[in-house]
Amino acid sequence: MRILVGQGSCGIASGAKKTAAAFAEQIRAAEMDIPVDVTGCIGLCYLEPIVDIYDDNGKMTRYTKVTPDTAKLIFDAHVAGGTPYTPALIPAAGQAFLDKQTRVVMKNCGIINPERIEDYIASGGYRALSKAIRNMTSDEICDVVLGSDLRGRGGGGFPTGKKWVQVKRQSEPVKYVVCNADEGDPGAFMDRSIMEGDPHKMLEGMIIAGLATGAHTGYIYVRAEYPLAVHRLKIAIDQAKAHGYLGDRILGTDFSFDIHINLGAGAFVCGEGSALTASIEGQRGMPRVKPPRTVEKGLFEKPTVLNNVETFANVPEVILMGAEAFKSIGTPKNAGTKAFALTGNVNNTGLIEVPMGTSLRSVIFDIGGGVKNGKKFKAVQIGGPSGGCLTESHLDLPLDFDSLEKVGAMIGSGGLVVMDEDTCMVSIARFFMNFTQQESCGKCVPCREGTHIMLELLDDIVEARGTRETIDTLLDLGDTICATALCGLGKTAANPVISTITQFKDEYLAHVVDGVCPTGQCQAYRKYVVDEDRCVGCGLCRKVCPVHAISGGTKRTHKIDTQVCIKCNSCVSACKFDAIQII
Amino acid sequence: MTQQKYMTINGEMVAFDDEKNILEVVRKAGIDIPALCYYSDLSIYGACRMCIVEDERGNIMTSCSTPPKGGMTIFTNTPKLNKHRRLILKMLLSSHCRECTTCVHSGNCSLQILANRFGITDVRFDKSGKAFKDEYKIDLSSKSIKRDPNKCILCGDCVRVCSETQNVGAIDFAYRGWNLEVTTAFHEPLGATECVNCGQCVSVCPTAALTVKPEFDKAWDAIHDKTKRTIVQVAPAVRVALGEMFEMETRNVMPLINAALRKMGFDEIYDTSFSADLTVIEESEELLRKIRQGETLPLFSSCCPGWVSYAENRHPDLLPQISTCKSPMEMFSSVVKEDAVLNPGLQLDPREPYVVAVMPCTAKKYEAARDELSLEGQPRTDLVLTTKELAMMIRQAGIRFNELAPEAHDLLFGMYSGAGVLFGVTGGVTEAVIRRLISDKSNRAMNNTQFLGVRGLEGVKELTIPYEDREIRIAIVSGLKNAENLIRKIKSGEIYYDFVEVMACPGGCINGGGQPIANLAERQERAEVLYADDRLSEVRHSEGNPQVKVAYDRIIKDQQHRLLHVHYNGRRCEG
Repeated sequence: MRILVGQGSCGIASGAKKTAAAFAEQIRAAEMDIPVDVTGCIGLCYLEPIVDIYDDNGKMTRYTKVTPDTAKLIFDAHVAGGTPYTPALIPAAGQAFLDKQTRVVMKNCGIINPERIEDYIASGGYRALSKAIRNMTSDEICDVVLGSDLRGRGGGGFPTGKKWVQVKRQSEPVKYVVCNADEGDPGAFMDRSIMEGDPHKMLEGMIIAGLATGAHTGYIYVRAEYPLAVHRLKIAIDQAKAHGYLGDRILGTDFSFDIHINLGAGAFVCGEGSALTASIEGQRGMPRVKPPRTVEKGLFEKPTVLNNVETFANVPEVILMGAEAFKSIGTPKNAGTKAFALTGNVNNTGLIEVPMGTSLRSVIFDIGGGVKNGKKFKAVQIGGPSGGCLTESHLDLPLDFDSLEKVGAMIGSGGLVVMDEDTCMVSIARFFMNFTQQESCGKCVPCREGTHIMLELLDDIVEARGTRETIDTLLDLGDTICATALCGLGKTAANPVISTITQFKDEYLAHVVDGVCPTGQCQAYRKYVVDEDRCVGCGLCRKVCPVHAISGGTKRTHKIDTQVCIKCNSCVSACKFDAIQII
Repeated sequence: MTQQKYMTINGEMVAFDDEKNILEVVRKAGIDIPALCYYSDLSIYGACRMCIVEDERGNIMTSCSTPPKGGMTIFTNTPKLNKHRRLILKMLLSSHCRECTTCVHSGNCSLQILANRFGITDVRFDKSGKAFKDEYKIDLSSKSIKRDPNKCILCGDCVRVCSETQNVGAIDFAYRGWNLEVTTAFHEPLGATECVNCGQCVSVCPTAALTVKPEFDKAWDAIHDKTKRTIVQVAPAVRVALGEMFEMETRNVMPLINAALRKMGFDEIYDTSFSADLTVIEESEELLRKIRQGETLPLFSSCCPGWVSYAENRHPDLLPQISTCKSPMEMFSSVVKEDAVLNPGLQLDPREPYVVAVMPCTAKKYEAARDELSLEGQPRTDLVLTTKELAMMIRQAGIRFNELAPEAHDLLFGMYSGAGVLFGVTGGVTEAVIRRLISDKSNRAMNNTQFLGVRGLEGVKELTIPYEDREIRIAIVSGLKNAENLIRKIKSGEIYYDFVEVMACPGGCINGGGQPIANLAERQERAEVLYADDRLSEVRHSEGNPQVKVAYDRIIKDQQHRLLHVHYNGRRCEG
């Protein structure tokens, strides 16, 4: 028997360490000899902490939301008693969430112990490297990757093989492989999960990239806010070196490759290629103009393969299964799977992996279990602050690079934020614009000044100062920022605003023309009035009002001066007769 | 032979050769494409986004960062581009101080000029209030440069010139996004940093975020002070640039400057080229002595205060090898004030002398205030004005500069040799020293010194001249980054020189931080005008200047060391 406790950052945050300790304590007390092991995240965020118990035949029983108290009950029933503890078994929706996915990149996440290379090797790890290094030429590796139609998972969707061939062709002898692990989109955590759950897979991909392009040094640029990922990467690098998969003369061949970890200070813009390489070089993390492109002059002005975590983690699978088999997953030109972080007003939040081209409907309703609290689906923000929002009419759209681009959205790094009918789209646009303007590096004028002005204009609408002209100005600015900003961050900064205006023009107009926030989310549009039938004239509201907006004599119906009212809600809290209404 | 390449700009074929980017090709085709962050000498930055062009498929790209390709088709003035440019300008203006009437750069500000050109009469988004409040403190700590971050448009030109051209890096970007600012490390006052006051940042600044610290009020006060005898010296490089500020072609306007200064009320008008002759004599002596005595060489020139500061900050070990000669400006002030003390009866008027120096240089303001250069506790140069400040004073006085009748200097400190006036351009000090060293002093021989490899605006030049039974190896370097690279090679033993002339500003004083900005072609023109002034001089070598002998006999006597030499104390910034 073996007990596995999911301990990604999410699991640990939910108390998985205490759960694991509780099991260990029980085992010790019972003087039994059962290992309590660590594994990464399986993706079921809302059901953490998750515990898998394997019996001696390898059959696994999964428990969810296991607190230390539940752990004791599970121990008594299952470990000691031999019968599963049914109240904590994974619910059917959770099981469906897992069953409906296709796990390629994350197939080991939540299954193996990421801190033990033996687990990775046992699950087929480093076989791709061994195949590539012994049986394939660098051209053959590039051909397989090119033929597999693998495209960069960081957002741009550039064909990975093409990038590698371009780097390989450069005559400059020194080249670099850089892994972008600076995942910064709000709500996106695919790369973190891969690094925490199966770090060797990505290292293997990087080593193969080095082999294919002639690079001997790799850098992982990972944000410092991912300490667990960094910790596990360091362990993985040490173990890979000890086992001869990394370092000098890999697997006894002439090929040597080393990997360094660079910590980023959490600037979103450092996810942009040239800002990222500048940051590794010790420069200010600001994008530069292109050409030259990163494949020609990247890190330290040398040809550089720059891919993100998920892309590299795909590489061993591509090498092992071959181009054709890989292409059989997904849709034409969009091969393989894609990991998405499913969050927002959806029942089953978590990390999922589905074949490219899976419909939005299937993701949100089949895997995600539909919108929370039986509310109506309104929209989904895809691609984080660079992406756009999709509505009900897009639910059957296949999730792939090309289809999304056609409707003004993008996969980005794979964030999916589901919104229900109570979500105000202006507020959502404002939220993303606030993020982008804070994360702008400030170099080019459109992004630095333009996003800030757009935020101010969105503030105007949210705070009931907007006019039709405000909307026109937003579109004008968005157009210029998209067309003229220096880097990808800037060029896509206005997307959330443009797409919400396009999809939800009526909602914007309701704010600025009718003076109403249809969802009631924008405080400035709320009006506080006294329900004359209910008011008994007790005067309590008048006493608590901090701005003296309420008038009325004793035992007479009170009145709120809406011009003076600051909508602080004090009167609502004070009234014992529910006589204050918000309209 | 390679085939001529063409691209199509606005429907017309334009030939191009080795232009680095479309912007250069477009400008060559006679179209003034707007740009706020492009200087051909600096790296491509691509931040202002004003230089955008459109291709035939409607793609928009910045012309500064796109290399031209044969067969390319671009448009520079489409409705789309016009819309974007206007909107970008409005964005910039939305957070820019708009107190144009009281701005020193009014009429000369790139942002203002573009706003006018694109007909921006209103800025829709100016609620942030940033435009109307002095958010940032104005930094007046530097002796030379005023820093007003409220007027900064964050184009990064100053940052790049400071690090790429000058290797100083006193300023850089801090923070990000809307909070981005150009500032010193840890917000130290500029005067406490390693800034060498070269003023190249001032030259490239498109607005008034970096300006010369204005001191013309002090000049007016002195002129109108009845107890003061105002003596003004004008440096060589001023005469080839001031005219440009009055829409004149590049030519020698020294005779007009003399006339203007007299009209403004200065009592005596002299030329720093006179004391440059003194410098040549002293520095040649020093070089020959060091060679004879086998002292550590190279000897580095010392006329450039930006270079002296740089050496103090970065290479204090080289200070013993820097010439002890004071700069021509300081030699002038020393001598002229000494004359007033020694020979009161010979003065044109007996009032207390007040020496004003008109310089192409911002660092001279710092130099004039250095303790090491004061005598008897008093600075010898009372006030330094830059070329640009002089132009402002001329305008303030209502003088129509380009209509003035030419006038001459006063004697005796107004007379100079052709060698002295060469100091205004890189290689000039060296050429003047060579003229001192060669034995044939005919004007024909003087004509020939130009062919020794001293001329031209390249950042680094080297030459070898025979002297008696040996050779003297010389390097001429301008731009501090070039100087740094050369010094590293000297220190590593890779190369050896006997004498190194260093000018902080690329091209020398003609391109000083106090001058109106000049591109390479304009610098070349300025240099040519100085060379013409040399050719037209009756006396072409320093010791041939008759007034130099008078100065030695009547004033300097045995006081050479006190009046003409200095030992700098070393590192000035203790931050």
